[in-house]
Formats: sequence, C-alpha cells, structure tokens
Amino acid sequence: MGVGIEVKSLNAWYGSNHTLQDINLHIPANQATALIGPSGCGKSTFVRCLNRMHETNPIGKVTGTVRMGDTDVYGDASPVEIRRRVGMVFQRPNPFPTMSIYDNVASGLRLNGFRNRRVLDEVVERSLISAALWDEVKADLKKKSGASLSGGQQQRLCIARALAVDPEVLLMDEPASALDPVSTAKIEDLIFQLKSQYTIVIVTHNMQQAARVAERTGFFLNGKLVEFDSTHKIFTNPGDKRTEDYITGRFG
Amino acid sequence: MASQYKTSAANRIWRTTANHLASGLAILSTILVIAPLVAIFIYLLYKGASSLNLAFFTQIPKPVGENGGGMANAIVGSGILLIISSLLGVPIGIAAGIFLAEFGRGTRLANMVRFTADVLNGVPSIVMGIAVYSLIVLPQKHFSALAGGVALGIMMIPTITRTTEEMLLMVPNAVREAALGLGVPNWRSVLSITLRTASPGVITGCMLAFARIAGETAPLIFTVLGNQFWSVNLDQPIAALPLQIYVYAISPYDEWHRLAWAGALVLIVLIVVSVSLVRYVTTRGVLKGAS
Repeated sequence: MGVGIEVKSLNAWYGSNHTLQDINLHIPANQATALIGPSGCGKSTFVRCLNRMHETNPIGKVTGTVRMGDTDVYGDASPVEIRRRVGMVFQRPNPFPTMSIYDNVASGLRLNGFRNRRVLDEVVERSLISAALWDEVKADLKKKSGASLSGGQQQRLCIARALAVDPEVLLMDEPASALDPVSTAKIEDLIFQLKSQYTIVIVTHNMQQAARVAERTGFFLNGKLVEFDSTHKIFTNPGDKRTEDYITGRFG
Repeated sequence: MASQYKTSAANRIWRTTANHLASGLAILSTILVIAPLVAIFIYLLYKGASSLNLAFFTQIPKPVGENGGGMANAIVGSGILLIISSLLGVPIGIAAGIFLAEFGRGTRLANMVRFTADVLNGVPSIVMGIAVYSLIVLPQKHFSALAGGVALGIMMIPTITRTTEEMLLMVPNAVREAALGLGVPNWRSVLSITLRTASPGVITGCMLAFARIAGETAPLIFTVLGNQFWSVNLDQPIAALPLQIYVYAISPYDEWHRLAWAGALVLIVLIVVSVSLVRYVTTRGVLKGAS
C-alpha cells in the first residue's frame, strides 16, 4: 500500500543555485499527484529530494523535512533504505544495457542479495503484468537485452523494474516525454491502474496529461510552489494569476 | 544566391572525386597499418616454420654443438610469468581504474594516481627491470620467476587503470541513477552495473596490456634471468620465450638462430591465440540487441 508524503520547508541547492525555496505540501496516499511548471522550475529537483537522489550529485544540498508515512526521510534511515521504498522512473528509459529483460526486472532484488529463483520468477511475471509488458516480452524474457526493446517498451520495463522491489511510492520524472502518443497513452493507463496500490508523483510538461491522470496538481515556478490544489481546481479556477497564465499558455 | 546550390556538372564531378579521394586515403592508411604486422608474420613463418617440430614443444634446449632440442621450458615459463603478472596487474589495475572513475572523481588523490599511471606508462621497461631487481632480487639474493612476474605485473597496471577509467566514464549516468534509484548500495551498483556495462572495453584494455608485456625481454633479464633446464619453481630462475629468443639470436650458431625465429613465431601465435580466446569466452554470453 502507498503512504502519504509530508514535505515541510524543503530547500535545495545546486552549488550556489537555490533551486527549491521553502516548499510545503502534503502528497496524499494512493493518489496520483502531478507537478507542472516550465523547464528549470525545480519540479525534477523536488522529486529527486523525495528519495534522496538529489544528494548523489556532489554539489546538491538539501534542508527541511520530508516524512513518508512514519519515516523521516532525512532522519536515521540510510538513503539506500529510503530508495528501496520509493521507486523512480526517469525521463529517458534507462534499462541496464547488458542485462536481459528478466534480469532487468529482477535486478533490484538480486542486487540486494535476494536469490530464491521461484520467488524471483513470480515477481518478474507479476511486475511485467503490472507494467502491461508481459504479453509483449514473455517469449524472450531471458534471450533479449532490455536495450533491444522499443522506447515505449523500455519505459514500461523500467516501471516493471521499479515495481519489482515493491515500493510504497512511485516517482515518475516526465516518464512519457521521450515517447510517442501511443506509448504515452499506455503509460497513462498504467498510472491509472497503479495508483490503487502506490502513491504516485508524476512530473510532466504535458498539462493534458496532468489533467488526465492526477487527483492533485502542483504548479512550480522559479523554485517555488505557486499553487497546490485538486487538479480540477487548478485547471478550471486557479487561485493564482501565474498559474492561470501558465495553463492558458501565456508563458512557459 | 540560389545558383550556388544548383548542381552543375562540374560541381558533381568535384564531389565524386573528393569522395573517392577520401575513401582512397582511408583504405591506404588501413593497408599501411596492417602491412607491418602481415610482413612480420610472413617473415617469421618463412624463417621459423621450418624449425618447428614436435621436439620444439616437448624438449628443452640442447647444449652447444648438439642439434635439435626445443623450448618447452621457455613456453611453460612464459605461461607461468604471464599468469603471475595478470593475477597481480589485472585486479590492481581495474580497482585503481574504478577508484579514478567512481569514487575519487575530482579528488587530489585521484589526480595523483592518474598522473602516476601516465608517467609509469612511459617508463622504459628496462628501468622497471632494474627497479624490481633492487626491490626484490637484491634483498632475496637470487633471481626468481616471482620477481619477473611482479615486474611485468607492474607494467600492466597503468594501461589497465587508464582504460578502465575511460570505459567507466563512458557509461551513461542514467544507468548509475537507475541502480541507485532501486535502492542498490553504491559499491554494489559500481561492481554489478557500471563495471559490467563497461566490461567489453575493460577487457580490451587488459588484453592490450597482456599483449604488450608478453613479449617484454628487458625487465626479465634483471629479474628471472632465464634457465636452460626445466624449472617451475617460482622462487628460482625460470626460462621465458623472449629471453630464450634473445640468447639464441645473439649467439654465433646458425642452428640457434633458426630456433630463435621459431621461438618468435610461437610467441606471436601464443599471444594471438590467448587474446582471441579471451575475446571468444567473454563475448559468448552477450544477448541479442545488447549495446
């Protein structure tokens, strides 16, 4: 089951560049939350702060608190433990190029020392079914490299890989921006099905996408969270002039 | 202005000529690269093949004046030396390369290691022999196979370190992030994901280093000395192909000259075979469509 995320006065820097300024919001459990905003507004940095990926950059720095369920993300738990509970799907599909389809999905468990073949088989099948990829790849699970799939299939493979470690939260950083409309539609259907089990945070440039998949939407601008409300409210009756300008296409 | 882009006959002829000229140059350069290797190989076959027989691979050198004899001890000795040096050079070289690319990026220690490796790469092999001579042979008071293996192993390290580093840096950051995002500890991700993705290039680096030291003679003169008899004792002088070739080639006997040619031929064939073998074994498991 998914858990909610509570973010309080979160600040993030790249070197001296203050990319996130005093972000406060509550991401509800088992819903999809969309983050929109122009390029460079900090929405990607924000999701990377939720699973402590931001600090893997040598010049990245974070302050503030993030609570995921009962866990203090920046508390005693190690970043590795946090990342096991928070799956992440990146903008460009990034399957492990030397691994087969099967090994890609199993990698999260295997690399953490899990070896039981029977359970791995089950997890791989279940994850690929959840990611709506099973029927397309079941014939050559162990024969083909993950990199041999099409872009849309690779992205669903990456989603399956993230689901295989059974996360509570799924972060998606523009998961469909490198894909064609058909693959995009498949990913969106998938998000719709997955949110019953996971808390989903999706960064997107595509406002129709946010409107289609998310219950709540946040609008970022220049490192600040301008507005955060139900998707319906944001797109029909935004409270802030800048949000309205952005969604009506006046800038960005 | 528009006429500039129109295809006139003269324009077309010039373009085709330039195209042929460029491919011609490329083909010529390729031939120039391959020619010396082929020439050496043919010459070795011509000079050495006639002396190759079963005895060459099964017997040890005969005393001066007696005909026949072989280099069995030198072939085995070279094999032992190459195994020792690879056991030493490959792990240390790869580990240092991993440090440079993954853990030490931008640190002072990494810059020092990189600089040292580059300088070490340029050190003449005879200097390496003298260094190991004074570090190992002198304190032990005798020459040994082990000392030779250490000298050759040290010579392998810089090449392997630098190629490993460069190959790891070519692995896209997205692959590292994918592993970290799955909750894989960094060390595990480096070994099982990044290094594995870079492995074809890393193996090429190891093979280059291997082929380079397989024919080294100078460092061996100061460390293993050579041996006319059977010995597989690592603590004692051992025979080695390059040394045996050297001794025979500067001798005044025609019979020995012929054996030296045959030895050189065997050495080159052994290098080609072992490099191809490693390539075959390491590319067997590659999947369809893997990049």
